[in-house]
Amino acid sequence: MKPAPFSYLRPTSLAEAVQALSADPDAKVLAGGQSLVPLLSMRLAAPSTIVDINGLTGLSDIEVGDDGVRVGALVRHADLLAHDGVRRSQPLVPLALAHVAHATIRNRGTTVGSLVHADAAAEMPAVLALLGGSVEVVGSAGARTIDADDLVVGPLETSLAHDEIAVSAWFPALAPGAGVAFDEIARRQGDYALCGVAVLVEGDSVRASYVSVSDVPVVVDLSGVADDDLGDAAVAALDPADDIHATAAYRAQLVRVLTRRVVAAAREGADRR
Amino acid sequence: MSETLHELRLVVNGVTHDLRVPARRLLSDALRQDLGLTGTHVGCEHGVCGACTVLLDGRPVRACLLFAVSAVGCEVTTVEGLTNPDGSLGPVQQAFLECHGLQCGFCTPGFLTTITAGLRDNPAPTHEEAREMVAGNLCRCTGYQNIVRAVERAAELS
Ligand SMILES: Cc1cc2nc3c(=O)[nH]c(=O)nc-3n(C[C@H](O)[C@H](O)[C@H](O)COP(=O)(O)OP(=O)(O)OC[C@H]3O[C@@H](n4cnc5c(N)ncnc54)[C@H](O)[C@@H]3O)c2cc1C
Ligand code: FES
Ligand code: FES
Repeated sequence: MKPAPFSYLRPTSLAEAVQALSADPDAKVLAGGQSLVPLLSMRLAAPSTIVDINGLTGLSDIEVGDDGVRVGALVRHADLLAHDGVRRSQPLVPLALAHVAHATIRNRGTTVGSLVHADAAAEMPAVLALLGGSVEVVGSAGARTIDADDLVVGPLETSLAHDEIAVSAWFPALAPGAGVAFDEIARRQGDYALCGVAVLVEGDSVRASYVSVSDVPVVVDLSGVADDDLGDAAVAALDPADDIHATAAYRAQLVRVLTRRVVAAAREGADRR
Repeated sequence: MSETLHELRLVVNGVTHDLRVPARRLLSDALRQDLGLTGTHVGCEHGVCGACTVLLDGRPVRACLLFAVSAVGCEVTTVEGLTNPDGSLGPVQQAFLECHGLQCGFCTPGFLTTITAGLRDNPAPTHEEAREMVAGNLCRCTGYQNIVRAVERAAELS
């Protein structure tokens, strides 16, 4: 067996789950397992307790209101992607989700899990940051709301306390007249992006958020930048680095090309609304 | 300290099985080692290759990214469950045979389960959709051309 031994708990209430996390400083939450189980199998993580939250009730709802979308912690990427109400309220959510892994992974992985996993190569943390969304958490100290700006504190690191469970995420609705777009370059559709860009255009404001370019989600304000200068302005703000997947120079080129392309698509989207 | 074993009941291809396994037993290993259902293959064991794909309540998932304890209460379908009730090849299996959709066969079980669910959701895929349907599965032999052809042939047969 590849993972190291652990005690397995499958609580049926949130209070019990929080209690289980408080009781063991080395415990980990298991949601869809699409990021955690590989880490366990490679023994990059070896928690002493796994708290499987898939038995909790009330965390599987997608609620679409006038001002945005609330997504429960057990909502799978695939269900959020297929939801018509979500598409109408905040089209950037499905536009980006279509690039999150392959359909088979999306059937099990949760969108909230992806937000709190806080991988710089993941699409949804960049989307939450751009839209100014938030995550609702519950811990032994009670419930609180963490704004997207305060969520990710480092690569794979969030501001959640050890015994806090994310119960839902909030994606604000797209304002009338505003436009969004998303695109990324990956080796294959569904692979982690070498570079991804989400853009929100609202009146004169143009903002872009990047995937796989920086350690934590960064939102770059491109308002007032001439079309021809968009790419260079983004590269100057981001300063992409080398890694095993791409050189810094190649990544900078992807930022230049994608920024112009996605800003244009978001403007077009705004004009159509 | 001996490891705690969990008593669990799994329903696989309509058959109920009782087993005693540690919590860290992956569903892929439980199927192969505990239940002897070696049709489900394991390649990468971290979600990338797709060889271990099974259907969980009808939806394709990676069996290597799921603990057997987490599959309690769900219907699991493996490649062994894709034949027709009379034991003859199901439509996707038949299409792979006709189109030469496999060489060594290592990746095939994952393709068969994925395509079975894919065609149920989209019974008449375009060529592009047929390619997309198998984009999450790796094959090191065929070059994919005949696999995509098999998707299209299976759509005709289903
Ligand atoms: C082959 C492959 C390709 C992938 N490609 C992509 C991709 O292109 N883009 C992308 O974004 N993702 C990708 N993923 C990851 C996928 O999106 C995961 O579903 C997601 O990152 C994590 O969600 P999960 O529900 O599976 O979380 P888990 O794996 O269960 O958990 C991940 C981490 O978050 C914690 N956690 C989860 N839920 C909660 C909660 N409610 N409260 C507190 N802590 C919690 C866990 O303790 C763990 O540390 C890929 C995965 C695989 C296997
Ligand atoms: S063995 Fe499960 S995806 Fe490769
Ligand atoms: S037939 Fe050999 S890996 Fe696909």
